[in-house]
Parts: sequence; C-alpha cells; structure tokens
Amino acid sequence: MHKYANPAKFNELADKILPWAIFLTVSCFLAGLYLIFFEAPDDGEQGVRARIMYVHVPAAYAASATYFSLAVASFVALVWRHPLALIAGRAAAPIGAMFTVLALATGALWGKPTWGTYWEWDGRMTSVLILLFFYIGYMALWRAMEDHEKAGRASSILALVGVVNLPIIKFSVDWWNSLHQPASIFRVDGPKIAPELLTPLFVMLVAYQLYFVVVLLWRMKLEIGARKIEMMRQVAMSEGRRV
Amino acid sequence: MAGGLRTRKKQRLWIVSTALTAVIGAVLLILFALGGDGFNLFLQPTAVKEKQIVAGQRFRLGGLVKAASFRRLEDGLTYEFLVTDCVTDINVHFRGILPDLFREGQGVITEGRLDDTGLFVADTVLAKHDENYAPPGTAPKDAGLCEHPEEGGFGAYTKEKNLVAKEEEALL
Repeated sequence: MHKYANPAKFNELADKILPWAIFLTVSCFLAGLYLIFFEAPDDGEQGVRARIMYVHVPAAYAASATYFSLAVASFVALVWRHPLALIAGRAAAPIGAMFTVLALATGALWGKPTWGTYWEWDGRMTSVLILLFFYIGYMALWRAMEDHEKAGRASSILALVGVVNLPIIKFSVDWWNSLHQPASIFRVDGPKIAPELLTPLFVMLVAYQLYFVVVLLWRMKLEIGARKIEMMRQVAMSEGRRV
Repeated sequence: MAGGLRTRKKQRLWIVSTALTAVIGAVLLILFALGGDGFNLFLQPTAVKEKQIVAGQRFRLGGLVKAASFRRLEDGLTYEFLVTDCVTDINVHFRGILPDLFREGQGVITEGRLDDTGLFVADTVLAKHDENYAPPGTAPKDAGLCEHPEEGGFGAYTKEKNLVAKEEEALL
C-alpha cells in the first residue's frame, strides 16, 4: 500500500486505470439507458414514472457507498497517516454530495405524484438529508483551516463521526414507521423487483460506481497537482523570491 | 525508531477505533432509549387505541386501506374508508384530492384529528408505495393483503407484532 504513497507512482497507476474505467463507465451508462428506455416494461402500479428509480436508487446507494469510502479513507489517514488517504477523502466528498443531492431531488420528484408530497420528515429522508450535511460539513471544515495537516485531521474526525448515520439510513425504514418504502433490492429474502426491471437497475448501479472511480481518480490527480503547486510556492516564498 | 513508530501507529489505531465505537454506540443508544417512538412518522390504528389519544389532538395515522371499505358520502365530496393494521380499524373521513396510488389494500398515511365519536377526520392523505416493482398485470394487489402484511410496504409492522401487543393488553 505504501508503495503508492508516492504521488508520482499513484499518478502512473491512475493513468493506467483511467482509460479502461472511462470506457467501462460510458459503456455501462449507454447499455443502462438503452435498457431503461427500450427494454424495461412500466411498473404495474405506477406506470412510466417508476423509471425514475433507475436514477434515484443508484444515486442513493452511491451516496452511502461514497460516504463509506470517505470514512475508510479518513480512518487510514488518522491512524497510518497515509498521505494519499487524505487526498482520497477530500476528492471523494464532493462526488458523494452530488450523489446525495441527486437522490434527494429525484426522490422528491417521484414523491409528489406517487405519495402526494415532495417531502416528509420521515426517518429515511431526514437521515439522507443529514448525510448531505455531513458531506457539506466535511468540505467546509477542509476550507476553514489554512494548515493542510490540521484541516485534514479535523475533517477526518468529522467524517468518522458521520459513519453512525449509515446504518440509520439503511435501517430507518425497518426501525420506524416511514413514508419511504422498505428496501427493494438488498434484503435478506432477495429483491422485490421483477427481473426485467431489476437488470437495468443493476447496470445503472455498476455504472454509477464506475463513474465514481473515474471522477475520484481525476480529482485525486488534481488534488496532488494542487498540493505540488502549493508546496513549490511555499519553497519559493521561503527563498524570498516573488511569486 | 521503527519500533517507536509502530507503537505510535498501534496507539492511534486503538484510540481511533475506541472513539469510533463509543460514538456509534452512544448515538444508537440515544436513538433507541430516548428517541423511540418519536421517530415514527405515523401511528398505526392499534397504537392509536393503546395510547388513548384524545379527540382534537393532531397526529398522523397510517395503515392499509381496508378492502371494500372505500366509498364516497352522500355530499359527493367526502371520502370514507377504514385504515387498518389487520388488527384494529379506524374510520377515516377525508375531503380533498386523493393521490394517484390511493386504492384499497394499498398503504396510506393520513394526517388529522379524532373527533368525539372516534372518527378520524383527515386533511391530508399520502399514499405509501410498497417495495414491490413488477410489470403491469403480473402482481395484482388483492383483498388478501392482510394475510401478507409484510407485502404492504410496512416493513416495520407485521400482523404478528400487533397481535402480540393486543394479547399483552388483554393480559393486563
């Protein structure tokens, strides 16, 4: 693992992975979109508007999954002080926040015609909104401090505290009476979605995860570059040159 | 030097892991000990009877729309239906536009007040979708939903749970 603590080594590896990841991401999205619009049947109860789940469910899943990777990165950063872990966490947060916003927005758009309301303060919706606040808090804390190390440590602690929200999101629909329906896919007795509707959903789940990998690698490379510039500037300033 | 580094890492591992476990444990304990019912969006009919909610108090009532209970009153504007959790039924009146998914056997969340006669006068009705997705015609919702309450989109409640609550009440 520490072999890739060297940013140059990491950049090399990322450049090797990226073309493949991009190719797979685009293929998965194209295949998914084709299945959604040309192959999958309507839902019997809701008709065509059930198709919004192909955007909503992968976004909601990716929002939680991204937070989990953010927490793992923060843990590694705090305990082993791995230099790339901080960078990975910082790179992952905006992607996760974007997934969360997408899940909340598509959920609201689906909720109005289906439930009769855009928003209700039930356990699932509220806990996902809190997830968004954790992402925003993490990003804000990073920017609130000048010192990279200090900012990274504070944000990582915040990210770890937010982990408690993940089981709450997952089980909110089982623990409490809620407006949001219980899990359809990841449940003990198997999915509750008919196979012809489930296949496109899985393709989209994979597509979102691949998208995450691509954007994460891009953002990490960007962050490494930004850090390099920052360090060069500091060296130049300490040498008394004007920059 | 390398040994010192390793022990410091080990120390950090312990500190961070313990702190993390403590925070998660604390929050979950708070949720279950203090939060409890407060996190429920609605009450089911059995719980409404148990809590002996007074007339005029505003709350949300949720459950399934009982089969063959839905009708329009003579005034042509008010809907009447029973909300059931398969153990207890509560009669609901609602004047307004029902959501698209509203139908008998489907989950519903209503907001309003009980009147003196025990009738629930709702001013808001939300339909609750369940976790099942299927192409048209393959998964008909029928009147037998109370035989499979877990399929009504109410993961949190089962007929068994409410029956146990009722039995306990009978014992007291």
